[in-house]
Amino acid sequence: MNEMNEVRKPPVATTGIIGWLRINLFFNWTNSLITLFVIYCLYQFIPWILDWTIFSADFKYNYLGEQITNQEMCSRNLDPENGGACWAVIYVRFYQFIYGFYPKVEVWRVNIAYFMLALALLPLLYSKLPYRKYFLYFTYIFPVIAYFLLNGGLGFTEVSTNKWGGLLVTLVLGCTGIALAFPIGIMLALGRRSKLPVISMMCTLFIEFIRGVPLITLLFFGMVMLPLFLPEGIDMDGLVRVLVAVTLFQSAYMAEVIRGGLQAIPPGQYEAAKSLGMSYWRMNLLIILPQAIRISIPPIVNTSIGLFKDTTLVIIVGILDLLGIGRGTLADTNWLGLSYEIYFFVSLVFFIFTFGMSRYSLYLEKKLKTGINMGAD
Amino acid sequence: MRSNLGFFSDEKFRSIFFQTLVVGLFALGLFFVISTTSYNLEKRNIATGWSFLQNPAGFDISFSPFLEFKSTDTHLKVYFVGVLNTLLVSVTGCIAATILGFILGIVRLSSNWLLSRLVYIYVEFSRNVPLLLQIILWYSILIQLPRVKQSLQVLDVFYISNRGLYSPRPIFESGFLYVLIAIVLALISSFLINRWAKKRQDKTGQQFPVFSSSIGLIFIVPLILFFILGSPMSFEHPEMKGFNFKGGLVIRPEFIAMFLALSIYTAAFISEIVRAGIMSVSKGQREASAAIGLKQTWIMRLIIIPQALRVIVPPLTSQYLNLTKNSSLGIAVGYADLVHGFGGISLNQTGQAIECMAIVMATYLSISLTISFFMNIYNRSIQFKEK
Repeated sequence: MNEMNEVRKPPVATTGIIGWLRINLFFNWTNSLITLFVIYCLYQFIPWILDWTIFSADFKYNYLGEQITNQEMCSRNLDPENGGACWAVIYVRFYQFIYGFYPKVEVWRVNIAYFMLALALLPLLYSKLPYRKYFLYFTYIFPVIAYFLLNGGLGFTEVSTNKWGGLLVTLVLGCTGIALAFPIGIMLALGRRSKLPVISMMCTLFIEFIRGVPLITLLFFGMVMLPLFLPEGIDMDGLVRVLVAVTLFQSAYMAEVIRGGLQAIPPGQYEAAKSLGMSYWRMNLLIILPQAIRISIPPIVNTSIGLFKDTTLVIIVGILDLLGIGRGTLADTNWLGLSYEIYFFVSLVFFIFTFGMSRYSLYLEKKLKTGINMGAD
Repeated sequence: MRSNLGFFSDEKFRSIFFQTLVVGLFALGLFFVISTTSYNLEKRNIATGWSFLQNPAGFDISFSPFLEFKSTDTHLKVYFVGVLNTLLVSVTGCIAATILGFILGIVRLSSNWLLSRLVYIYVEFSRNVPLLLQIILWYSILIQLPRVKQSLQVLDVFYISNRGLYSPRPIFESGFLYVLIAIVLALISSFLINRWAKKRQDKTGQQFPVFSSSIGLIFIVPLILFFILGSPMSFEHPEMKGFNFKGGLVIRPEFIAMFLALSIYTAAFISEIVRAGIMSVSKGQREASAAIGLKQTWIMRLIIIPQALRVIVPPLTSQYLNLTKNSSLGIAVGYADLVHGFGGISLNQTGQAIECMAIVMATYLSISLTISFFMNIYNRSIQFKEK
């Protein structure tokens, strides 16, 4: 009896670290061969990249101990055999990468705006935040505060938008584009599903037109055609013209995503709302949209990632975003030839933002899957 | 009063009222825009109309593989060169991205942990870095290659330098036409054989070696004809003359940068689509096909892929559309596509922004519609058919 109850351990070779290695890396001989080959490649590559980016790299001083002020002083230009990356260019130009040509005396305003942006995003990203309601009020008025803070007015000295640049422009374009496109996208999505044929046709035409042309043609449209459409005397700011194009572009994509959410709402919801005597707008605002938007948040985040990456296109029409500052730095004779360092840095900044957003959308997807069960009734 | 309210509550009346209102406002806005625009155009002395298309362009296009372009050619020809360049980079990019994306998507599901992690890292990096940045990065790598004088030589006939890739240019003689005809006939007949073999297998269960017979028809028959006709094709090799190569076929770094960046970026998205598609096929399908004794490769080809394709094709279509639209970023590295050549240089020279942008947008719209039309046909052909 005693012997029967004795718990037998599983074979060593299928559990623990050895078991994991056997199953995942050395399952059969082709698998083992691939594993060994990949390990060999990584062994060749990783030390080299670590050496280039960290161990042999200059951060502020070169290997002689001098502070680097131009590319000739970089270790890799003094000693091409041993020198690694020259991050000093980022160190020297850091201010421009983050603020553009914003006057140094006024830069505290940008810093406050960055801080307030984080504060405004907090209640949107984290639904269990204590006092979330009050934070949300702040989120709604944040755009107005940010406008006066960054642009000037209300006692602040004016800083014209051609002095803005770098991460500031990237964030302004990304956040404003997404924030403005959201309500427009909802209206377009409702319009496309409207029973009124003229309205549904106009919305469909608009959405399909915008989705059929590249963003760059819309930016050209904003830059060269928009001034022709407006009466004399109205001179639009360059950044505003680009924002118009970016918002139009994003709202069409947002509309399609929200339409997907609207289609997932079971018809019973509409019928129930109507039977309670709700009007079209009350039904949509109180019953349909809250559910539809909730299920379309992950794809909304995904199109927002796309927009955030696409803001780099503004450099083609002469606006200096993060990538634009990078290219401007490369054109400077002091920093010629440091393209790998600069592009690596710009990629890294974009990667941090977009990867963070995509992780967030995955987290939401998981949460929504367990939270609600659409159409199961 | 009461009857008035009742009139407005009438659904039919309200629908007509709102729609007329919207159309009226739209027409008013349109009228306003047109009148201010024509005033602005007159004031700035900008010509209107389409006659500028016939004017000489006055600039050169460095990359025009299909049409010979001189600076005395018209803006209309700039447009055609641009469309062909856009199509060239889009089509080659789509093909490369599909192949790479399928391979990566399958490798990502490999049981080898290390390999699948490696693909995961690649996918995350290339998806999360802006495409424009990747194009510029590839371009900056390519123009840092050695100068023409020190160009790298590969296999004795290819030369790689910062001016691009120089390769021998094939010159076709008159007899080559027959070889081409033979290839086309072989393609058609192997397609017919494939259909016939499928029908026969459905009826009798007998298999026909479709793959090897098609290979034989498409490659070996034209090859034999080629030698019978006395090899009607020769190569023009690039030769060093002065500071540059003369002759041969040259692929410019702008094109290579666009091609690499577009295909690598899109392949990351396609690999995720392929992975999701394969994972959507239920495990039971794989187990059932293993139970009836199919080999691993056959399980993939006959059971998994056909079912996965139903999930894969719709999002794949939108990736093709994205790639085509993204090819407009060639302007950043000076690739003479539709936007750079016609929408950029021609627009700046003639100043006719409205006409140029209208043509560019209309062209992209028609390309997008054509792609979705054909992909919809393909999609319908692979969807599950109930018998």
